[in-house]
Amino acid sequence: MRSDHALHDKAPRWLKWLAFGGLGFLHFPILVIFLYAFNVEESAYSFPLKGFTLRWIHETFARPDVLSAIWLSVKIASLATLVALALGTMAAAALYRRHFLGKEAITLMLILPIALPGIITGIALLSAFRLADVPPSFWTIAIGHATFCVVVVYNNVIARFRRTSYSLIEASMDLGADGFQTFRYVVLPQIATALLAGGILAFALSFDEIIVTTFTAGTEVTLPIWLLNQLTRPRDVPITNVVAMIVMLITMVPIFAAYSLTRGTEDVAGSGK
Amino acid sequence: MATAVQFQDVSRVFDKVRAVDGISLSIEEGEFFSMLGPSGSGKTTSLRLIAGFEQPSSGSIKIFGQEAAGVPPFQRDVNTVFQDYALFPHMSVLDNVAYGLMVKGVDKKTRRERAEAMLDMVKLAQYGERKPSALSGGQRQRVALARALINQPRVLLLDEPLGALDLKLREAMQTELKALQRKLGITFIYVTHDQGEALSMSDRIAVFNKGRIEQIDSPRALYTRPHTPFVADFVGTSNVFDSESARAVVGAQTPFSIRPERIRIVDAAPATDAVVVRGELIDIHYLGSVSRYEVAGPHGKLITVVQANGDEEVSRRLEPGAPVTLAWERHAMHLMTV
Amino acid sequence: MMSYALDKPKTAQRQGPLAALARLLYRRPTLYLVLLLTPPLLWFGAVYLGSLLTLLAQSFFTFDDFTMNVTPEWTLANYRALFDLANLDVVLRTLSMAVSVSLASAVIAFPIAYYMVRYARGWQKGFFYIAVMLPMWASYIVKAYSWTVILAKGGILYWVFGALGLKPLLTALLALPMVGGNSLSTSNLGRFLVFTYIWLPFMILPIQAALERVPVSLTQASADLGATPAQTFRHVILPLAFPGVVAGSIFTFSLTLGDYIIPQLIGPSGLFIGTMVYTLQGSIGNIPMAAAFTAVPVVIIAVYLSIAKRLGAFDAL
Repeated sequence: MRSDHALHDKAPRWLKWLAFGGLGFLHFPILVIFLYAFNVEESAYSFPLKGFTLRWIHETFARPDVLSAIWLSVKIASLATLVALALGTMAAAALYRRHFLGKEAITLMLILPIALPGIITGIALLSAFRLADVPPSFWTIAIGHATFCVVVVYNNVIARFRRTSYSLIEASMDLGADGFQTFRYVVLPQIATALLAGGILAFALSFDEIIVTTFTAGTEVTLPIWLLNQLTRPRDVPITNVVAMIVMLITMVPIFAAYSLTRGTEDVAGSGK
Repeated sequence: MATAVQFQDVSRVFDKVRAVDGISLSIEEGEFFSMLGPSGSGKTTSLRLIAGFEQPSSGSIKIFGQEAAGVPPFQRDVNTVFQDYALFPHMSVLDNVAYGLMVKGVDKKTRRERAEAMLDMVKLAQYGERKPSALSGGQRQRVALARALINQPRVLLLDEPLGALDLKLREAMQTELKALQRKLGITFIYVTHDQGEALSMSDRIAVFNKGRIEQIDSPRALYTRPHTPFVADFVGTSNVFDSESARAVVGAQTPFSIRPERIRIVDAAPATDAVVVRGELIDIHYLGSVSRYEVAGPHGKLITVVQANGDEEVSRRLEPGAPVTLAWERHAMHLMTV
Repeated sequence: MMSYALDKPKTAQRQGPLAALARLLYRRPTLYLVLLLTPPLLWFGAVYLGSLLTLLAQSFFTFDDFTMNVTPEWTLANYRALFDLANLDVVLRTLSMAVSVSLASAVIAFPIAYYMVRYARGWQKGFFYIAVMLPMWASYIVKAYSWTVILAKGGILYWVFGALGLKPLLTALLALPMVGGNSLSTSNLGRFLVFTYIWLPFMILPIQAALERVPVSLTQASADLGATPAQTFRHVILPLAFPGVVAGSIFTFSLTLGDYIIPQLIGPSGLFIGTMVYTLQGSIGNIPMAAAFTAVPVVIIAVYLSIAKRLGAFDAL
């Protein structure tokens, strides 16, 4: 298809400017976050900055409310990721290579939580929890998160399944391995990196989620909710800046990891978000 | 000798497509048996039915006298060499070969010894620690063979195992496979669409067409006495005369076939009881050791003639457009039933 | 053949319940399928579809304005109320933002995607891919926060305008009706900028996927037949990439319609669909009306999807 013999050896200059300018636009606000986290000033966003300090980083890690928000978000993301790994892998294993009535409907249902605006998922969960008299808690948040994380794992795993030759599974059975042995010795090693990538992305998705969370959290404060509270009535500007940087880092690292894990297998690692 | 595999009126239907359509056959122990046919003729499905990857829609399959229906592949005394080799990419060559022993719970030491012995047998003793991706196509093929044989199956299934190799390597592997089969004395069931491959290795060949078997015979019988026009055409090239053109050429209605190399281009009609046909030379293809001639016979019937090239070769003195006389012995013709 | 003549390994079946289960599952592929699908289906059926149906049902419940109570008496009043002038205003405001954001993202995204596909080679390919994925996955709330920092009075953007001597231009922009406002962070312009920024990667990737499928030979053929680069772009590349643009706009459209955080943080005070839903269920507790309101983005997106489908956008997903 796309040959390597240099046809269009060089892009027109204006196109190059637009492309790299666009990338600059995409990354500029991220840089701003990293810049302001070290800002000396205590209660304003004035630019140019007056100076840099590491003071706020120390202070942030001494704040119990920040630490408990981080811990809550980590716990929720871990649980949601585990549930998503199990459910997403099962769904992928069931749906690839099998054709049956209702298959399309199931696929659609898996995608729906991220295809529909988050506010719908959020308020739907909220109204259902209320009706069932389930008070908002750690569990209600985790249940909501797991629901939209499934599709991320599912996408990664089914893409890997499709690229794995089915004859590997047949060869294993042919040589005497039953279904469980085949899963352990052949299937699992084949999908391991896809599972890892899917898991990392699901973790990042959950860690950062705010739209559904505000509906299911009640009085629980996850890290994004802590941030939102700060934004609507700004108080601790410097602490907020540092927390913003932490959240940014935690959500950025996974994309590098997922990319290197799925590289060469042509997975569109982030296609789930 | 015992019967290794027996099909009795076996069909396999996929969404109304009859991939295998009422096949009966029996394959003997120790036989090199080929399933030959074009793609979609049902030969690979038949192989997968024996391996246990597919279940018959109707009919019965017996492996060494035991009904195979419902027996999963991991409980069949049959192993397969896959078309794409299906080597486990995350395991070393040695672990690939030892896999069948590992899942049966054979201890590590024995496993290793046997796997090394198998690798030695396929002349890859030095390659055990490599990953399959570091091997050439021919080497992978041998690993697949060693892996399939380590469980000492009584039947080895081979699904176009040489398809991905280049011509030279393919020919060398044909010789090796045949030698291996003789040495082991087990049944090989070999699926291929390459008639040359099937003819050179097999004890018997089943020719598949549209889910059915056209003929099961030894290579020689298949070549010299094809029962149907399809077999005559698919196994080697052949001049097939239907009843109409048969009447025009020999004056009898019975359809027959004649191999191109059995036809001579002659200067004058021979005195013997040969069939003589006059026609016009259409085209000459020089193929090195032989030349192929396309001749338009009576009613424009196209006849292919193959003759060895030599000092006397016809192509040196004839040009397309020239009138030619063809002759063949009556006993070289094969009358067909269809 | 010494190796082969060794004792045959035991082919005895594996024992134990697990092995028996494995044999059973192989013989009954439907049972295997059912076992695999039951947990995800139970989860999604009970948690997700159940919730959605509850929501749908609640949209027909009655809300008492005086007692602030929800009673399960069926009514269409909530849906009728959607057509109140005030509510229509909310819908229109959201919709026009969604449209402008989609258009702007398409314009910015196209050159990036085009450069990625046609000119990025070697390391640049991976670089561009990461450079688009990274902002996409970076925390949503932090990106929104970053813009409040950038747009703040005395912040970076004000400084840039000042440094370039363009302060009057900024004042003029903010003085425009509809677009402007008291400051950048309370103007529609600011909100539009943030929305466009946040959904931009969702536009780049589908366009890139669509362009990736246009063979280079087509542009060669076009050039060979005498078309200028501009003509080739207009008549060959754009039509073939258009489904990608539509696919991307489905994301930008739907994400803008459902968002309720950004309108709270940046821009003037008028409600969006999202903020409306949030306010209705939160401070008032009128879940039935909030539920009816969620039908609006769903209907708009459904209509948009059916149009997009006709334009062949799903082949590019």
